[in-house]
Amino acid sequence: MTEILRIHQVSKKYSSHLALNEVSLSVNGQCIFGLLGPNGAGKTSLIRIINQITGPDSGEVFFKGEKISQKHVEKIGYLPEERGLYKKMSVGDQVLYLAQLKGLSRQEARKRAAVWFEKFEMAGWWKKKIEELSKGMQQKVQFIVTVIHEPELLILDEPFSGFDPINAQLIKNEILELKKNGATVIFSTHNMGSVEELCDNIALINQAQKILDGSVKEIRKTFKTNTYNISFKGQAMGFVNALWAGAEVLNKRTEDDIHYYTIKALNNLQPNQLLQAVLPTCELLSFNEVIPSMNDIFIQKVNEGNANIQINNNYTE
Amino acid sequence: MSKIGLIIGRELKSKLSNKTFIVMTILAPLLITGFVAFMVKMTQSEKTEQNVLVLDESKLFRDKLSGNDYVSLTYSNQRLEEAVSQFYSKGFTCLLWISPTIVEGGAGATKLFYKKSPGFGFQTFLKDQMEKIIYESKLEANNIDPDIILNSKQNVRIILEKVNDKGDTQEQGGFGIFGFLSGALMFVFIIMYGMMVFRSVMEEKTNRIVEVIVSSVKPFELMLGKILGVALLGIIQFAIMGIITFALTTALSSIFLKDATSQLKVFQQQQELVKKNGTNVDLSKLEKFDDKLELFDLLQKIEKINFVEVFICFVLYFMFGYLFYSSIMAAIGSAVDSEADSQQFITPVMLPLMVGYFIATKTITDPDAASVFWASIIPFTSPIVMMSRISNGVPFWEIALSLSILFASFILMTWLASKIYRTGILMYGKKTSWKEIGKWLFYK
Repeated sequence: MTEILRIHQVSKKYSSHLALNEVSLSVNGQCIFGLLGPNGAGKTSLIRIINQITGPDSGEVFFKGEKISQKHVEKIGYLPEERGLYKKMSVGDQVLYLAQLKGLSRQEARKRAAVWFEKFEMAGWWKKKIEELSKGMQQKVQFIVTVIHEPELLILDEPFSGFDPINAQLIKNEILELKKNGATVIFSTHNMGSVEELCDNIALINQAQKILDGSVKEIRKTFKTNTYNISFKGQAMGFVNALWAGAEVLNKRTEDDIHYYTIKALNNLQPNQLLQAVLPTCELLSFNEVIPSMNDIFIQKVNEGNANIQINNNYTE
Repeated sequence: MSKIGLIIGRELKSKLSNKTFIVMTILAPLLITGFVAFMVKMTQSEKTEQNVLVLDESKLFRDKLSGNDYVSLTYSNQRLEEAVSQFYSKGFTCLLWISPTIVEGGAGATKLFYKKSPGFGFQTFLKDQMEKIIYESKLEANNIDPDIILNSKQNVRIILEKVNDKGDTQEQGGFGIFGFLSGALMFVFIIMYGMMVFRSVMEEKTNRIVEVIVSSVKPFELMLGKILGVALLGIIQFAIMGIITFALTTALSSIFLKDATSQLKVFQQQQELVKKNGTNVDLSKLEKFDDKLELFDLLQKIEKINFVEVFICFVLYFMFGYLFYSSIMAAIGSAVDSEADSQQFITPVMLPLMVGYFIATKTITDPDAASVFWASIIPFTSPIVMMSRISNGVPFWEIALSLSILFASFILMTWLASKIYRTGILMYGKKTSWKEIGKWLFYK
């Protein structure tokens, strides 16, 4: 897969604090890339640098191998987290204006707008003023102006915040559709569910630094801890004895004669060996490996990072 | 560049589709010229018919008071109480009672009884005549010929002639009020359009549309497009207001000042004649315009104004002065979240404009004062003060110097403003201070 965006050791400092500290990233074409991190980590600063709204203090950004410049603006679509529209302007004029700013001709913009209006069931909105629309309707308009120029790179900052589930699903489908048609999507979010659902790759930023990146599958695999959920009927005592030194019980509960155990295999014990040991002792109902959720990984990594910084701070004091 | 065009277009369209704007553009000149015309009309005598019954107990005025086309006078020897109760039923509109002691003066020497309020013009008409008659009778009582007094009074006009370094003289317009008015107009326009830029910037920021736009165009282009858009709007507004005002004043002056302009021509011819032939002219054959001298003075001053020069300077000073101030206003608009927060920034910007305005008032009485000169060179005040001087005749080098300084200042100011602007538009939530804005100047 070809690389569409490369960020090379980008740093950005505001008067009192460091927003980005030598962050490097690579985003492949035709994938969905999640930019994760707690509030204030530096995500928006990075996104603004990619959009050339602000410049980095040091470091470089490359778009398809070229140093990014004003001409690339038309190949990027951006939906900011804090987004709005001109209240007094009509929907149609607004869409045409913003599309023209992205380099479309008026006729082309009109043609494409018509297609999107039909798709989102917005016929009849053209002459309405933005202030007459509901919030959900405004968000549809915002999404259209982000994608109307068919950008190769789409940057969405918290795209689902404030959307109702139906509109969120609509936008999710559109994002997948755009990816299928060749676009690359970078999206920044706190919603880890949607990360697991949509993202191919992620980068995690905390305290101005990148602390983790890679494909979602790989990351979840590396964060596996050989933990399994087992449910069975029978004698719990026999089950625990069978495990003996091979595994550690992390959690257990019993409901309606069914025992639910969470165990962690020790000494690189393989699942098959584990099963062989316990099968004679019980009637096995279910067995599955616990793969850590992105949410767990996020919390774990961010806490680790903060703890490190805490230690460093204590050290210097 | 085409993107700046789009921004200018949007800015213009959003303002031009605003109904208040359209109404104001058309209504303002109508109201102002209408008001002026109304005032002029009011000062002219009222034309209500008055049929006056006069009871002259002083015996001084009989047959000396004269009426005119609208006022007719009838004398009577009736007793006052009788006349008061009867005059109205006999077809008179007013009853003028003159006390026997009027010459000695004192309160209540004259009374005017009425049913329908007589106008102020009519009262003055009577009063002036009576004063004149008393004046003449007193002179006669002392054996003084009233004509001597009348002829010994002469209005004096001072004509200003400025001498330049070469010793050439030039008659000066010296029309301070006109200069002050154009300075005041500049003051109003700079504030008006500056505030328009300020609001437009702040609106984009609070609507949160600005981040979408600066991902398509550079913040500098957005700011410049906005400022130029409002400037273009200003020019359009000027043009419309100018045409309406010109048409109206031409129409109105052809109605009200028709006599005056033809009389002025005669007066000017006579002046030429006196100039050429000196005292050889038979003065008694000349028409006298003593009561019109003030009006003639005004008309002659207006004639002497070089409107082309004034107009060109006005446009240039407005453009550069507006660009200078609106850059500051754009920077302020980007730095605040609401109009309420903006006061601490707007007040210091208004201050130099106010100072300029007050110095402009000084040009009426003292156009060559040092403070006036310097204020017309310094860019913060020069658009206002120079405009107030210009009809007095300003050396070319001063205008050139002041304009070039203003031009350079606006370039510098726009550059500084763009640095504040691009940071400010993305700053939400915290209250901005001057110190903070100072830091923004150095962000990359």
